[in-house]
Amino acid sequence: MNYFTKLIGWVDERFPLTSNVKAHLTEYYAPKNFNFWYFFGSLALLVLVLQIITGIFLTMHYKPEAGLAFASVEYIMRDVPWGWLIRYMHSTGASLFFVVIYLHMFRGLLYGSYRNPRELIWLFGVGIFLALMGEAFFGYLLPWGQMSYWGAQVITSLFGTVPFIGPDIAEWLRGDYLTSDATLNRFFAFHVIALPLVILGLVAAHILALHEVGSNNPDGVEIKKLKDKKTGIPLDGIPFHPYYSVKDLVGVVVFLIVFAAIIFFAPDMGGYFLEANNFVPADPLVTPAHIAPTWYFTPYYSILRAVPPIGISQFPGVAAMGLSVVVFALLPWLDRSPVKSIRYKGNLYKAWLAAFVVSFLILGYLGTIPANTYGQFGAWLGKADIATVVARIFSVVYFAFFFLMPWYSKKDKTKPVPERVTG
Amino acid sequence: MSDKQNDQHKADSQTGASYQPNQSPQVNLEKRNFLIATSAVGAIGCAVVAVPFVKSMTPSERAKAAGAPIEVDISKLAPGAKLTAEWRGQPVWIIHRTEEMLAKLSVHDDQLSDPNLEVPQQPEYCKNKDRAIKAKYVVMLGTCTHLGCAPNESFVETADWDGGFICPCHGSKFDLSGRVYKGSPAPTNLVIPPHKYLTETTLLIGEDGEAA
Repeated sequence: MNYFTKLIGWVDERFPLTSNVKAHLTEYYAPKNFNFWYFFGSLALLVLVLQIITGIFLTMHYKPEAGLAFASVEYIMRDVPWGWLIRYMHSTGASLFFVVIYLHMFRGLLYGSYRNPRELIWLFGVGIFLALMGEAFFGYLLPWGQMSYWGAQVITSLFGTVPFIGPDIAEWLRGDYLTSDATLNRFFAFHVIALPLVILGLVAAHILALHEVGSNNPDGVEIKKLKDKKTGIPLDGIPFHPYYSVKDLVGVVVFLIVFAAIIFFAPDMGGYFLEANNFVPADPLVTPAHIAPTWYFTPYYSILRAVPPIGISQFPGVAAMGLSVVVFALLPWLDRSPVKSIRYKGNLYKAWLAAFVVSFLILGYLGTIPANTYGQFGAWLGKADIATVVARIFSVVYFAFFFLMPWYSKKDKTKPVPERVTG
Repeated sequence: MSDKQNDQHKADSQTGASYQPNQSPQVNLEKRNFLIATSAVGAIGCAVVAVPFVKSMTPSERAKAAGAPIEVDISKLAPGAKLTAEWRGQPVWIIHRTEEMLAKLSVHDDQLSDPNLEVPQQPEYCKNKDRAIKAKYVVMLGTCTHLGCAPNESFVETADWDGGFICPCHGSKFDLSGRVYKGSPAPTNLVIPPHKYLTETTLLIGEDGEAA
């Protein structure tokens, strides 16, 4: 027995090292037919680690104080050795985090990964998504630019529309009568410690739940149903390590190429990753001509703007926006299809999914532009903004995808599902 | 449970040597009630301890002091001009309206959402046709009632515009009394903060001597 084996043995008697490596890596059997869509879970983990590391280094130079914050970010960009790189890694990482998460969620929609027995994995995932949105929102205030400031002002005002207790909630969130130093300081606390802890906890729960029930796959068949009689290993399963660890490494390389290209050649991505107005220091007395959230929030922002107020209350729009995010959590119970994967679903479901994706993209685009960009309809439609009417139509499609799902997923003509994965 | 433990357990049950939870059907009610009561008291304790943490996030004494009323001198405000003061970090507009401007205010009531000020967006003493204590001077918060942006002034009259404010964010329109036009995303008229005249030309904004 060599020294390394002895050392591992020593550890194993005191800590479940080998057993955990086996349970989660070398003897965690994943379906052998994973495709392109299965890169994004491990990539999300990679981005999370990158965000935490770059974030730690940014906090060494950043000052969470209204009078100093903007200048300290510029200080990082200009004077701190390699500060610009770390800051651009963090800001680009934020946007790519959402790219990866959206593709990861879309994979779930494609292959029914949220269906029984994976409802809890999906719910933990929705929790991660919500926490990530909070994390991005709180983080966006920190550079204390005009868009940071007014974005926070608009979003905290949303809470002010809640009937009766709204204004008190908004004041409590801001810690002042308006977005101010107190708000910046607490958003810093949420961004650097509170939400990262929540996200890490949820990620652990997400992965533990996944490893308990096993991964879904592009065919949506349960590989645990057919096991080798002698070994008890699923016939269609292969150990995560080395098979998928190596496959994921290829994804990591491609991802890092894209990541580096953005950092070095287009760190503000034409105003989508870093908005031009955010290079102007926050000014509570001057509102920018056009306030738009960063691209990953724009579909929901579009829905907010599309819903008309009831009487004097803005709350319906705010409630619709909230619903448009949390409605994902209901998917496991909305989908009544006898099959999981898109491969065996019929044209009805495919058409709805396509309509949803188109709605999501169009709403996302509309959220980035002022409502009057395309002019107004004539008097026959009450001179409504064309962009607003389009947003209303696609908001309806967005919600119809979810709330009509129990009906159309049942009615859909599905194909027979094979016993085993099809490669 | 591993097989080894299982065997041990069986052995124990046969000899009756180990603790067996199902042996006695009698529930120790005294013990159970005690546990429930202490858990409840503990939960209440936790809830009470949460109060200081929640309260710590409300505006601090310093923030409250910074939100105190402000005095504004309007003696140098020219007719037709707007002055922006800052109260609680929000822009407060004081507009010196000319006779022509005041005359224009009564002609577009049919295009407004709330021309008669039914929604309490102003103190009682400003619920009049000019939305002001003195008709010439209107005082209002320069934050859109839609989502808190700052509307831009657009005082120049045209054929179909009587002068007023247009919000750059979502296009809400207000007249020179801060009353919102129909079809705007903003649901209500602009807010008139509590205020009073200290002298002929000095305003106190943020306090009106009445119960706020």
